[in-house]
Amino acid sequence: MCEHGGMIFSVHVDVQLRPGIADPQGSTIERSLPTLGFEGVVGVRVGKSIRFTIEAPDEATARQHVGDLCDRFLTNPVIEDSTVELSVVEAASA
Amino acid sequence: MTSRIGVVLFPGSNCEQDALEAFAGLGAEAEVLWHGDATVNGVDAVVVPGGFAHGDYLRPGAIARFSPVMSAVQEFAAEGGPVVGICNGFQVLTEAGLLPGALQKNRGLKFICAMVDVRVESSRSILTSEATVGSVLRIPINHFEGNYTCAPETLAELQSDDRIVLRYVDNPNGSVDDIAGICSAGRNVVGLMPHPERASDPLLGSADGLGLLSSVLQAASVGV
Repeated sequence: MCEHGGMIFSVHVDVQLRPGIADPQGSTIERSLPTLGFEGVVGVRVGKSIRFTIEAPDEATARQHVGDLCDRFLTNPVIEDSTVELSVVEAASA
Repeated sequence: MTSRIGVVLFPGSNCEQDALEAFAGLGAEAEVLWHGDATVNGVDAVVVPGGFAHGDYLRPGAIARFSPVMSAVQEFAAEGGPVVGICNGFQVLTEAGLLPGALQKNRGLKFICAMVDVRVESSRSILTSEATVGSVLRIPINHFEGNYTCAPETLAELQSDDRIVLRYVDNPNGSVDDIAGICSAGRNVVGLMPHPERASDPLLGSADGLGLLSSVLQAASVGV
């Protein structure tokens, strides 16, 4: 049960560098693959996976808070994009 | 009166002593500004030094920008106070929104630690007021995320407003338009990737950074 009778959401934020932004980790992985025998792998991009839970009265509010968090802190919009997955882990108490 | 220079110290800063010593060598009173204190202690100019503030976790500068001291630096800058961000300090200032754009990973795959040539492109900033436009300075760089990038319209604005203050002679990191340093619209906030405080004595291989640091002192002595 939640303290304020709200809902708890499980959140997964996937942060990726925007197209055209240098990704040395991705390039290094991609270039090393043929030496390991993995051929034909292209377009490797390395991002960040950030997980947390958030309490909110409803899903729309939770999405709004997470979107704000992404814009102000979790991503730098000049060089990064993010996608958000959100699911209920605990519904409002009766 | 002796100018007072405040050098911000975050957990993970590592160039603050160099900056303090370089400014003290020019006759300034240089002091540390602790990241946890929401004040600039009445200094005449603020330096955000290089290093790896908060371990560069999340992104360089992303966590440092929320430090209590940064709200005071924001206010100081808004009042016209001279603020210089060097290397990691430049990254902090872009994350804080005091300067436009962002620093992405270097072109190529390397952390670069090298002496480079930078050309003074504008003397209309608190970092370059005493420098000669067109002169070439030998100043070291030491970074992984030094590749300046911004939206095309931001770049056009920087160019048309004469806000690109330093350019690399031989672009080492892929920065758009060879940008090594830019200033704010008010020209009192400057960010640069090269380290002038590490080029402050012939014993260090170059003293070409002194003209930049003394420009900051000049701005500091004019007062806010």
